[in-house]
Amino acid sequence: MSWQLTAADLPDLARGATLLGTGGGGDPYIGSKLVEQVLGSGSITVLDPGDRDDLPDDAFVIPTAQMGAPTVMIEKLPAGTEPTLALRTLEKHLGRRADATMPIECGGVNSMIPFVVAAETGLPVVDADGMGRAFPELSMETFAVYGVPGSPLALAGERGEQVVIDTGADNRQLEWLARAVTIRLGGVGHIAEYSMSGADVRRTAVPRTISMALSLGRAIRLAREAKRSPFEALAQALAPTLYSHVVDLFDGKIVDVERRTTEGFARGRVRIAPVAPGSELVVDFQNENLTAHRDGELLAIVPDLICVLDHESAEPITTEGLRYGQRVRVLGISTPDLMRTPEALATFGPVAFGLTETFAPVEQRTAGSLTAAG
Amino acid sequence: MHIGIDVGGTNTDAVLMEGVTTLAGVKHSTTPDVTTGIVRAIEDLRAQHHFTGAQVQAVMIGTTHFINALVEAQRLAPTAALRLGLPATKSLPPLIDWPQPLVEALSARTYLAHGGYEFDGRPISPLDPDELRAHARDMAAHGIRSVAISSVFSPVNHDLEDQAAAIVRDEFATADGGAEVAVSLSHEIGRIGLLERENATIINAALRELAGEIVDGLTSAARAQGIEAPIYLSQNDGTLMDEDFVRSYPVATFASGPTNSMRGAAVTSGLTTCAVVDVGGTTTDIGLLVGGFPRETAGEVKVAGVRTNFRMPDVLSIGIGGGSLVDLETAEVGPGSVGYRLTTEALVFGGSTLTATDIAVAAGRADIGDASRVAHLDPAFVQRVLDRIAERVSEAVDRMRTSPDPIPVVAVGGGSILLPDELPLFGAAHRPENYSVANAIGASIAQVGGEIDKVVAIEPSRREESIAAVKQEAVEKAIAAGARPESVDVVDFDEVPIPYLPGNATRIRVKAVGDLEMGR
Repeated sequence: MSWQLTAADLPDLARGATLLGTGGGGDPYIGSKLVEQVLGSGSITVLDPGDRDDLPDDAFVIPTAQMGAPTVMIEKLPAGTEPTLALRTLEKHLGRRADATMPIECGGVNSMIPFVVAAETGLPVVDADGMGRAFPELSMETFAVYGVPGSPLALAGERGEQVVIDTGADNRQLEWLARAVTIRLGGVGHIAEYSMSGADVRRTAVPRTISMALSLGRAIRLAREAKRSPFEALAQALAPTLYSHVVDLFDGKIVDVERRTTEGFARGRVRIAPVAPGSELVVDFQNENLTAHRDGELLAIVPDLICVLDHESAEPITTEGLRYGQRVRVLGISTPDLMRTPEALATFGPVAFGLTETFAPVEQRTAGSLTAAG
Repeated sequence: MHIGIDVGGTNTDAVLMEGVTTLAGVKHSTTPDVTTGIVRAIEDLRAQHHFTGAQVQAVMIGTTHFINALVEAQRLAPTAALRLGLPATKSLPPLIDWPQPLVEALSARTYLAHGGYEFDGRPISPLDPDELRAHARDMAAHGIRSVAISSVFSPVNHDLEDQAAAIVRDEFATADGGAEVAVSLSHEIGRIGLLERENATIINAALRELAGEIVDGLTSAARAQGIEAPIYLSQNDGTLMDEDFVRSYPVATFASGPTNSMRGAAVTSGLTTCAVVDVGGTTTDIGLLVGGFPRETAGEVKVAGVRTNFRMPDVLSIGIGGGSLVDLETAEVGPGSVGYRLTTEALVFGGSTLTATDIAVAAGRADIGDASRVAHLDPAFVQRVLDRIAERVSEAVDRMRTSPDPIPVVAVGGGSILLPDELPLFGAAHRPENYSVANAIGASIAQVGGEIDKVVAIEPSRREESIAAVKQEAVEKAIAAGARPESVDVVDFDEVPIPYLPGNATRIRVKAVGDLEMGR
């Protein structure tokens, strides 16, 4: 069943999308303001990918997104015309109009960009995405893993620039070229890519991640208002989803944040120490959090979610928001089976990030789930 | 010895300190001209404990004037926000998300212009002097007196902000009659994050005229008392800044009130983990003290409904204070307040306005003014008002705490007579000795800091050494600013790489803080 999204939902969606961003994906605040500006008091139809009446097999879906460095996104705001221009450019190139748009990434700012397009064009948005979280590269998509190519890709800039890139089946080369263009555009570009049928969406997308982001954001807010633990509320909200296991990884204070930017990625590491002397947690990130080690022991690894949250309010903290002295709680959250197959792990598992450690589900590495521990 | 003064919207509190010992403490009404209230407060201090002007080694002043001006949307200069970045940034113009009443109070006008930099220092588009001159003429024509200029990526390169400022100043100077204009530049105020930095800059711009008046008032008040010692103002983080700095950057002081009251509450109550309820004349500010330091906000901070990226104490303000207006029908209190006019407008002082202070006197909680003038108030009504105040303050404390665990509550500020000894949900409210002048005590223990903000090329293998060197610079700067060397600590550290520049170029900000060494 389709449902309607209004401007009132945006703060909760933004909070949930930040959590699914696992430290990266960019702050959705600006994205939500863009949607709000265009949407006003209107609403956007959100389609359930599991419902053939909502999304027929032959429906034509063009996902839309923003690519680039998070630091740039919060500084150089868009002109506003770019996301729809990217979609229109790809439509023109393909000679076909889209029936719906969709996120390629449900974590961070890219949860919002399709809604900017939808608010402007009246197109519906499919409640699904191709990452099930946030990843640093456009090729790290379940779409790609299960056979939908990213090409052709349309890229638009704030001066009205339009670029179409077609690399056939080679998604890595597509990412490489698109990122180069993005850097020339000033670090941020808006894109339309991975055009596909409704049937392909059902086969390759991580379903219902937008409604999940909305429910997670809402659960945290309602728990705070009711003075209940937002962490327990999160665990309850995740239980019926495809992300059902929540593991409490650490509770402590940030004692060091190291950052460096290489090849367009914000890499770095954060060290978290307990308040009383004891073991230390180290989280390494490349835009998103990749691994969590406690005293050298691996606790959680990509693609499972490693989320750094404010110790009290459970507000998710992005890697650029990490500061010395913050009190934080770190959660590990399991990902759907679709994201843990050998093909999927080859595309966005540890090896894709140059890590030598092998993937093991977070719920198997560590005993004691959050619900059990309270 | 030194003097700590807290100038609130309603009361001016002052303490005479010798080290950490309070020699004298007084409370006076804030006067419209600020100066008179301070002069009287210092005279009263002298009456309580004699001293000569030459004995005073420093005067530290905290003031809530700036935050009050913003919350009440009063005394703000007509302000323009000028942003350089077209064709980018057009989707979200300046002042997006601002409360409409505040936009109106600023008579705010927004302007978008070409300019700004990409992340790597390339211009987004060249500055267009004609466009800027046209904007400036339009500002002048609309009575704008203060301008906030923000440019995309100005923390990386601020040349265009400087150039635009020169053009705007020049255009104002040549406008009809040569109008004065104050210019605030975003790179001097905030960090990366255009909207938040721009918002803080606009707030600063709106406060510039008020800052000039207040600094003049403070200085002349101290000099009139024969005090030639340096005058400092408290900043948001509790450190001190000199008077000239305040004229240009009033926004850096505007949350010092809560910081000072919390630090004062810690010193006077001896508690290091507690909720602090500071009831002033216009507002009640509630914060949490954890291990002796105010809990700080994480991420965005909304000030009077405006999103900024300051680090400051996490404080919830509600419109209840000693000067709050009381509605005779509903028994509701605030948010309107008679402010410093309490001693002329409140019933007990012969005025005709029913205020929260009148209620406290009618209930026998305070002995101020002429109690017979409130004898006519229905005791049941008085009780209803007090119950409502207690209920709303308890609710606010409850919103601030983050677990249902019990937490002690410390009540400070002159208006805390409005609170009962037992608070709903929380039990006893601690009221330390000198509770009414806790803010002034907090101001008097304020410290001095040194901040370094620079771009350093960090060799990957030498990160620790490079950072240690910058930290040492900040420590030395704090000592140069007057800190006792053995008391200096690094309290804030931020490391942001600048992408795509050779040599791992990184912007490092370090803040070191120490106790002010007196008599240097």
